[in-house]
Amino acid sequence: MNIKSPCWFRFQDYLKNFSFALPAILIFSVFYIFPFIEIFRLSFYEWNGITPAMRFVDFQNFAELMQDEIWWQSIGHAAYITFIALTFQNVLAFALALACDREIRMKRFYRIVFFIPPVLSEIVVGIIWQWILYAGLQDGQSIGLLNYWLVKSGLPHLVNDWLSDPQTALTCIAIVHSWKGFGWGFIMLLAGLQTIDRQLYEAARVDGASSWKLFTQVIIPMMVPVILVVVILTILGSMQVFVLVLSMVGQGLGYHTEVPVTRILSAMTGTNRFGYACAMGVNFGVILVMVSIAFRWLSNRMKQA
Amino acid sequence: MRRKIATLALCLLVCCGCAKRQEDLNTITLWHWMTDRQNALEELARRYEAQTGVKVKIDLYAPSDIYSQRIVASAQSQVLPDIYGILDKKEIFASFIQSGFVADLTEEFQKNVGAWEKMLFPKALDVNRFPEGNIYGVKAGIYGVPLDVTNIQMLYNKNLLQKAGIKTPPKTFQEFIAAGLALKRVGIAGLVSGWGEMWMVDCFASNYAFNIMGEEKVMATYRGEVPYTDSDWIKVFDIFKELSKKGILIEGIVTKPNKYAEQDFALGRAAFAFNGSWCVNVYHDMNSDLQYGTMLPPPINENLPMRIWGGAGSSLVVNNASVRKDKAIAFLKWLTEKDQQAYLAIETKNLPANREALESIPPILGEFASAMDLTTHPTIWPSNENGLVIEKFDKGIQSIIIGEKTPEEVAREVQAIKERELQKARP
Repeated sequence: MNIKSPCWFRFQDYLKNFSFALPAILIFSVFYIFPFIEIFRLSFYEWNGITPAMRFVDFQNFAELMQDEIWWQSIGHAAYITFIALTFQNVLAFALALACDREIRMKRFYRIVFFIPPVLSEIVVGIIWQWILYAGLQDGQSIGLLNYWLVKSGLPHLVNDWLSDPQTALTCIAIVHSWKGFGWGFIMLLAGLQTIDRQLYEAARVDGASSWKLFTQVIIPMMVPVILVVVILTILGSMQVFVLVLSMVGQGLGYHTEVPVTRILSAMTGTNRFGYACAMGVNFGVILVMVSIAFRWLSNRMKQA
Repeated sequence: MRRKIATLALCLLVCCGCAKRQEDLNTITLWHWMTDRQNALEELARRYEAQTGVKVKIDLYAPSDIYSQRIVASAQSQVLPDIYGILDKKEIFASFIQSGFVADLTEEFQKNVGAWEKMLFPKALDVNRFPEGNIYGVKAGIYGVPLDVTNIQMLYNKNLLQKAGIKTPPKTFQEFIAAGLALKRVGIAGLVSGWGEMWMVDCFASNYAFNIMGEEKVMATYRGEVPYTDSDWIKVFDIFKELSKKGILIEGIVTKPNKYAEQDFALGRAAFAFNGSWCVNVYHDMNSDLQYGTMLPPPINENLPMRIWGGAGSSLVVNNASVRKDKAIAFLKWLTEKDQQAYLAIETKNLPANREALESIPPILGEFASAMDLTTHPTIWPSNENGLVIEKFDKGIQSIIIGEKTPEEVAREVQAIKERELQKARP
């Protein structure tokens, strides 16, 4: 090959360009692709996570997972938390974003206040809410803030052991999760609202549109892409909730507050089944990817519409 | 020219990167999880450096579950420190040994006619000992050094018992129930414990299992020879049903981590607690005026002894691959000598592993120490239960406490998992 041929220069050029991308490719491969392949590989083994010896079990971990009622129950719990987040959290975030988008007094202050919960550590949030929902008594008086105020407000019949009652524990966790997470949606939705051209509002008003018409016919259609991003992020964030669960109810309440990540953690550190935990991780990852693809498809359909 | 300099610099950089790391042979690294002992350990490290010239770097990683995960991850990537602790089941301890991550200290303990071994509580050493023919297939020997000893008992608040007209702490389970009901009548919660942490549920249940049916029958159950549906196991599950039904347990006990349970007892929200000897330090910090005493969990069966969990509180092991192995062992020997143990006991209010240091401990710790002979622990049992069965067992007890399942239902569910796991284990 002639060393000065155009082909050689093209190759040199290609190498030069590739060298710029190489660090990013290396980092991505080492920290994302390799662990992913490794988790996938380990899911076919029975391994306690320490000994060098692993036993290849084929699809046995996946077969067992399909029949693991507690696993599917935990997915159901995460779906319930996600449902509360999609409705309560996002509606609240949208309402507050709409309020702050208007010319109201102290709107900058509100923006900061609404963004405080998301920046707090989940452990701190869990501990604060555990104190609020605490059911214990001292000298015959409720110590937990919620129960204390229920008694003070003349509603002692509503006093409950909120976090140790299977009927209320998961809902409490879901509400606290929504309280902690609404600030993200609020900021994104507010940013989306501020990109809408004000002239559109004025034009609609001139045409005699009511506030409701303005909201449904102008704001919502313009906000669809942002809403979809917020929805996808809410789903992905809520399905993976676990720090809040651990800090609010620990390992307690039977299986009533189990979510997928606590099950994975329990398989890894409680029963030392690394292979099974990896199979859970792969299964959960596939579910999340499928949900994301479904929403992407839905998003494209809505954009076309 | 510039290109040549850049190439040379790059080559130098790569060569430096590939060079073998220079080991500091005079600095030992110790990783631990004990937040309450960090200052005392650092002070001891300073004293050790002054005496020997060997520097000891004390690194704290807390809480304990995060520490455990770090140890497992470090073992997988072979970057364990010179000295560390394994906070896991004996099976996992065995895996660490079999993988070559833990040094065999038997020879060191037996030097000078076993001087080091004799210095320490035998129960504390047992946790680190693998006897001949152990079920894990580990070469017989001692693989860890206990830093302190512990046991888990019941505690009672003297003032609250007095308030309910209870003159002496209950001696039997029926007396305990009666005391709980008397306390309830005056608006005081009976028992608090961190049963939001499953191991504490397991500990309480296994105390009573030993008392109701004896150690041999419990081990036979673990081996799969006695089913969990046996009437004695139903009696164990019934304890939780009775405690819950009669309102003896504090509200929210199934989701309560031990830290909060300790707070409840220290602040007088419950008259009895089920907790370990480490609580002396915790209660002292939370309420130094607390008047309390220790008692064994009140037995149901008077014909069999009540055995409590205990033994080594915190143990440390030496990394077998460390180039500073000898220095690490020398430091641990020094750390378990009388003076250092007495200092640790006074500073951290934990029971010392060295028997000679017992004279320096406060009276309440003396009460804990007096029950050391009654201790047992899963790590020294000849058989251990499968992790999945333990999970089902503990979660089942939580279901009984919240009134969701009956003891018989839980027993059937646990037995079903047990049979499935036995089936899987068969060749």
